[in-house]
Amino acid sequence: MKPRSLTYRRGIDLSIRVISSLAALFGIIMLGWILGTVLFKGAAAINWAFFTELPAPPGMPGGGLANAILGTLLITLLSVLIGVPVGLAAGVWLAEFGQESKLAEVIRFAANLLMSTPSIIIGVFVYVVMVLTTGKFSGTAGAVTLAIIMLPVVARTAEDMLALVPSALREAALALGMPRWKATLGIVFRAAQTGLLTGTLLAVARVSGETAPLLFTALNSPYWPESFNEPTANLTVTIFNYAMSPYDDWQTLAWGASLLITAGVLGTTIITRGFIWYRSR
Amino acid sequence: MMQTATATLPHRPQVRPLPVSSVKTESQVHAGQIKIATRGLNFYYADQQALFDNELEIAANQVTAIIGPSGCGKSTHLRTYNRIFELYRGQRVSGEVLLDGQNILDGDCDVLELRRKIGMIFQKPTPFPMSVFDNIAYGLKQHYHINRSELRDRVETALQQAALWDEVKDKLNHPGTALSGGQQQRLCIARAIAIEPEILLMDEPTSAVDPIATARIEELIDTLKKRYTIVIVTHNMQQAARISDYTAFFYQGRIVEFGATDKIFTNPDNQQTEDYITGRFG
Repeated sequence: MKPRSLTYRRGIDLSIRVISSLAALFGIIMLGWILGTVLFKGAAAINWAFFTELPAPPGMPGGGLANAILGTLLITLLSVLIGVPVGLAAGVWLAEFGQESKLAEVIRFAANLLMSTPSIIIGVFVYVVMVLTTGKFSGTAGAVTLAIIMLPVVARTAEDMLALVPSALREAALALGMPRWKATLGIVFRAAQTGLLTGTLLAVARVSGETAPLLFTALNSPYWPESFNEPTANLTVTIFNYAMSPYDDWQTLAWGASLLITAGVLGTTIITRGFIWYRSR
Repeated sequence: MMQTATATLPHRPQVRPLPVSSVKTESQVHAGQIKIATRGLNFYYADQQALFDNELEIAANQVTAIIGPSGCGKSTHLRTYNRIFELYRGQRVSGEVLLDGQNILDGDCDVLELRRKIGMIFQKPTPFPMSVFDNIAYGLKQHYHINRSELRDRVETALQQAALWDEVKDKLNHPGTALSGGQQQRLCIARAIAIEPEILLMDEPTSAVDPIATARIEELIDTLKKRYTIVIVTHNMQQAARISDYTAFFYQGRIVEFGATDKIFTNPDNQQTEDYITGRFG
């Protein structure tokens, strides 16, 4: 047997290391570039009026995105109220009751499909079901869309987190004569609470940046959100509209909104990680 | 006794007034009376049969040890007594488990009430993710109407009975998971006896704790048998010899020999039993 050349093997090793390092560097540079641009261009728009005033007509001084900020918060909140309980319940069913059954497999498959469905399709779906039938765009339709996007993410994370709870703990609760629902909500949920909260926050961070589905549902509005039953101002569609507009001041506002959303998602993620770190100490 | 009302109204509410006297005296239950009996008990994990025609009688207020090599069905047998196996798909049982003469495998046996009467301690300590106090209070509140001062008394009594009170009385608000392994196991015992069971099932309760904690738990078992009927699965034959009154030797899902512990360990009838307890296999 003739040994393979050492130089050749070292050469392969080195080139693979260089290629993978470059790929990682490329990713980091792109991320840094995006964050840098958003921060640089967005910072110009951030001032007191940005957070407190309604948008001004193009060319007029001042004006902010207070209505869109509030609208995004409200739509996200409503979507959490709809999506999280349903998602958690689905996760509980999958982990605790469905387990390996045929139905559970089907639901898991459906959830995975839903997770990889482009969000614009979910937007169009809700447009057909809620906007066309009621005849108007509404904040509710927007929230329902976001809830549907959130649902499979929450359900699958919840399932994974509940499955991590040792079955001995379930048995211990049941062996004390607790009914199944109480063992699940009182004991298993408590044991999995860090993971459940993490999954939920990450799902919220994900939907809070969605634009396309809101174009078809919540639309946008230059006014304060007064009811969920009408087109509702929100940051992402505002970015879309303002960035496409020919007016410099609107474009600046769009950069400001981009910065705000990026900071919001980043903030949520950091808080989540911090929470995990704190709980795991 | 299984109340007759249970048979006609299987799903009556579980919450009941707290009994005035919680502590049964020896005179109420005669030692030696049959508390649990299994008749023709078979058990299946999906298609695989794990227990074969188990016939066993558990004497009241005595400690019965179940010994045998790994995988012989000791735990499986124990887990039919409180029907905890039902948590899992594909596990099923046939035959009878008679608790005070009533077949608990019957459809009209109320499983929540059954599990109040039959407490279980697991191999690994399983404290709930909550405070020491709440670990015990949680089950109590499930089964009894109870006010706050009564609750405190009951928790203290349970911890004292489990010989844990002195160690935890100043940290009742600490998480149960922060206790040492041996303390956690005694916390689980306290939790089980707080709801006034009649029987305690122990599935290798000392295999995950150190020798000193093991000794404490063994002492505890000796005290507890005055009030409760105890069935303990153990890998440790010295432990079975030390603490039990009766011993059942399981092998490959069958009960090979059952009798007084003294006899099983000194003069077993069966060659397999003798080989096992003398360490020739298993």
